[in-house]
Amino acid sequence: MNRLAPVLHVFSLIMLLFSLTMLVPLALSWGLRDGAEEAYDEAFLLALGSGALLWLLTSRVKRELQAWDGFLLVALVWLVLPAMGAVPLYVFLPQVSWTDAYFEAVSGLTATGATVLSGLDTLPASINFWRHQLHWMGGLGVIVLAVAILPLLGIGGRQLFKAETPGPMKDSKLTPRIAETAKGLWFVYASLTFACLLAYHFAGMSWLDAIMHAFSTLALGGFSSVDASLGHFDSLAIELIAIFFALLAGMNFATHFLAWRQKSLRAYLFDGELPYYLLVLGASSLLIAWYIWLKGVYPDFFEALRHSAFHTVSVATSLGMVTQDYAQWPYFVPFWMLFLGSFAVCSGSTGGGIKMMRAIILYKQVFREFVRSIHPNAVYPVKLGRETLSTQILFAVLAFAFLYMVSIVSLTLILSATELDIITAFSAVVACLNNTGPGLGAVGPASNFGVLTDLQTWFCSFTMLLGRLEIFTLLVVMNFTFWKN
Amino acid sequence: MKIVILGAGQVGSSVAENLVSEANDITVVDTDMDRLAALQDRLDLRTVVGNASSPSVLRQAGAEDAELLIAVTQSDQTNLCACRIAASLFNVPTRIARLRAQDYAEFPQLLDENNFAVDFSICPEQIVTDYIAKLIEFPEALQVLEFADGLVSLVAVRASQGSPMVGKPLGDLRKHLPKVDARIAAIYRKDQPIIPEGRTFIETGDEVFCLAATENIRTVMAELHERDKPVKRIMIAGGGNIGFRLAMAIETKYRVKVIEFNKRRAEFLASHLQEALVLQGDATDEGLLERENIEDMDLFLALTNDDENNIMSCLLAKRMGARHVLALINRHAYADLVQADRIDIAISPAQISIGSLLAHVRRGDVAEVHSLRRGAAEALELVAHGDRKTSKVVGRRIDELDLPRGATIGALLRRKIPLPPGGNGSTPLQREDIKVVVAHHDTIIEPEDHVIIFVVNRKLVPKVERLFQVGFGFF
Repeated sequence: MNRLAPVLHVFSLIMLLFSLTMLVPLALSWGLRDGAEEAYDEAFLLALGSGALLWLLTSRVKRELQAWDGFLLVALVWLVLPAMGAVPLYVFLPQVSWTDAYFEAVSGLTATGATVLSGLDTLPASINFWRHQLHWMGGLGVIVLAVAILPLLGIGGRQLFKAETPGPMKDSKLTPRIAETAKGLWFVYASLTFACLLAYHFAGMSWLDAIMHAFSTLALGGFSSVDASLGHFDSLAIELIAIFFALLAGMNFATHFLAWRQKSLRAYLFDGELPYYLLVLGASSLLIAWYIWLKGVYPDFFEALRHSAFHTVSVATSLGMVTQDYAQWPYFVPFWMLFLGSFAVCSGSTGGGIKMMRAIILYKQVFREFVRSIHPNAVYPVKLGRETLSTQILFAVLAFAFLYMVSIVSLTLILSATELDIITAFSAVVACLNNTGPGLGAVGPASNFGVLTDLQTWFCSFTMLLGRLEIFTLLVVMNFTFWKN
Repeated sequence: MKIVILGAGQVGSSVAENLVSEANDITVVDTDMDRLAALQDRLDLRTVVGNASSPSVLRQAGAEDAELLIAVTQSDQTNLCACRIAASLFNVPTRIARLRAQDYAEFPQLLDENNFAVDFSICPEQIVTDYIAKLIEFPEALQVLEFADGLVSLVAVRASQGSPMVGKPLGDLRKHLPKVDARIAAIYRKDQPIIPEGRTFIETGDEVFCLAATENIRTVMAELHERDKPVKRIMIAGGGNIGFRLAMAIETKYRVKVIEFNKRRAEFLASHLQEALVLQGDATDEGLLERENIEDMDLFLALTNDDENNIMSCLLAKRMGARHVLALINRHAYADLVQADRIDIAISPAQISIGSLLAHVRRGDVAEVHSLRRGAAEALELVAHGDRKTSKVVGRRIDELDLPRGATIGALLRRKIPLPPGGNGSTPLQREDIKVVVAHHDTIIEPEDHVIIFVVNRKLVPKVERLFQVGFGFF
């Protein structure tokens, strides 16, 4: 207990913070009189009550957080907060089981965007809003938000940051104080969201839809307030806005932060991943457009380009909004897009997958082996931009890539053992692990995850958390030696 | 002149060696007693043991009445500190410092009177690097020197059999190249200077120095040496200061391989070079050279600190098929031993780098000094002040001048717009506002012209300088 106490103490604070965020949909529900107030009442009281109780029980602990505390806290936050977030859905929607409500909340917080709900158009506005709010809070990271707001996370905060932030190199300090960094990142994130919401509104959405879709876009989530997703609006302007902001959200927020700090776009020039990211997405969009036009899916090349660009960006950045049923396109295309989704976005963005940074490092590592076999005396470090990467990072990346592959294979096997066809199983695992959202087959863009059995749904929830926390954090906590030590 | 030199390393000793012969009082300061003793045995100067940045040591070295302080220790910090002390405590009028770190150059205000008080800073490694980079650009040349911000070049070429000018008298150069104004400043045959005249014939193997506007240099060289294939692949042995800077400067233009023996240094190089391939190993290991295809190399540069290693690896590389080899050689004896024989170009780093320093020390008005043939000869850029009455050169035809035999005027650099009265003719020329006048026997020297003179023997330099001084007995 002595060891867990400081973790639980901080956790109770995050829980209290989280409970307060429920006041937003509650207020909205009152304002719009959509009849969902009591759902938030219960959830709010539950979260507030349990948070306060935990806080009282652990308030005498004064020890600082340490490295392994960070892993435990992050795991705890990401396992328990979705349960709290699921309460309003479970209470208000009688047809939704606890399994499905938890899945929906996990999908929200991890910014995956896979849904088990249908008939979204008929849901009360505040319920839809709550789903999108989960996206937005989880997109950049709940812990990052907590570090920005809660002053007591000063020293241990860095450990928490590392355990939650995606990407291989987590030590780059943007500001001397970690809380300033967290505030800066959230400020940039919030500003971009605001810009996106204005753009959506002026392109024709209602204010409420604009807010929700802006939340979803910047977090690279994928929830929508309508069943047909972005296809409902059928507007080129809205699709272009979505592409633009999804591209921004797929970049490293540290780069956005630097650009804002220095009031210049130079920061983008020094971002080593960025050119690869844009190149891969741009080239893929053109290639796919050409391919589907050639195969006669769309007779007009520009229409093909419009749909190809939107879906390539949407799936590859792990946004997961759709306008067309791209699962009907020739097989090569959806698989290629899913594959892109597993590595295209930059580290430090709100997207998922192994991140462009790691993909570049892996590629350069392979190239280094080539050089070394031709020039046995060569001293050939792996570099990113002008920086030489330490061996430690290289090994961490290799280990991560291995874990990622093992996760995909083993989870696919497990799902297919539960009598799911292989395409559905594989694509569901990839879509969940990368936090993309829609898969293929039974969980394709035209349908949703509601068709899965309870067991399968739990597996998918776990996969999403695994992907969001970049595998290590969860596995470290699940490791036996972690508890023995 | 009373001169204090701080640091008795390679640069310090060769500066001392060059200045001691020119009738100066020299004191050398260093922390290494043995090094100073060796220097004192060889040269007529005084030595002081101690930390060059300490006021008491500087006083002991006679900074109080010194006219010039040359701070060339290994450490930038010591050099900066010594300059500041020399300015604040001893009022030394001129202070020169060696600065290696490149970022000082980005903040020139740091070196002004209110801060470190450095009048001139030099970076020997950078000078040698620039020098080698020029040679790579002109692989046929033995030496390439620039004057007037790169507008005029002086190149040394070895005349090769079958090239147009070989076997012809110098006077034919005009017929061969009617549109190009060029001048042959000196010829060395079997290491002996020949004074160039219109009737002198050029023979195979002659080392010919010619001067022309930089844009015409390639055309002029083609008359003396068949044009080589352009350089593409370069191997650098030794990734020290010079090797590293050079690799940085050329890695984007050529395919560069760097061989470095020290493992940590090799890692440092590999992480700082973006394109060049760094190899860890011994440059005299023929297995390594063979694996790395030495026979395909257009240039092999041996740039380590070790003369013997440089010579051996160059000989090896040449035998294994490298097209041109170049070695950095500090010792005179070695340099004379190998040049022209098996190693294409031998470079003495100290001689190259002190030229710019010498320009500040010389009397008269010297804008630039380049050492040639490893210090035996010199090319100077002198400013002609005064008028026909006060000066022995201004207003006269070149063939009227009382130049010692062995000194040749190559070209004049003339301002397009004459200086306003009272303007200082010694201010460095900018390439936009000068024109190049290639010297012929009837060219007349105008006031404030910069005159480029080639002197075959360094002993003649004082005579030439005296010629350019204004007024009789002025100094």
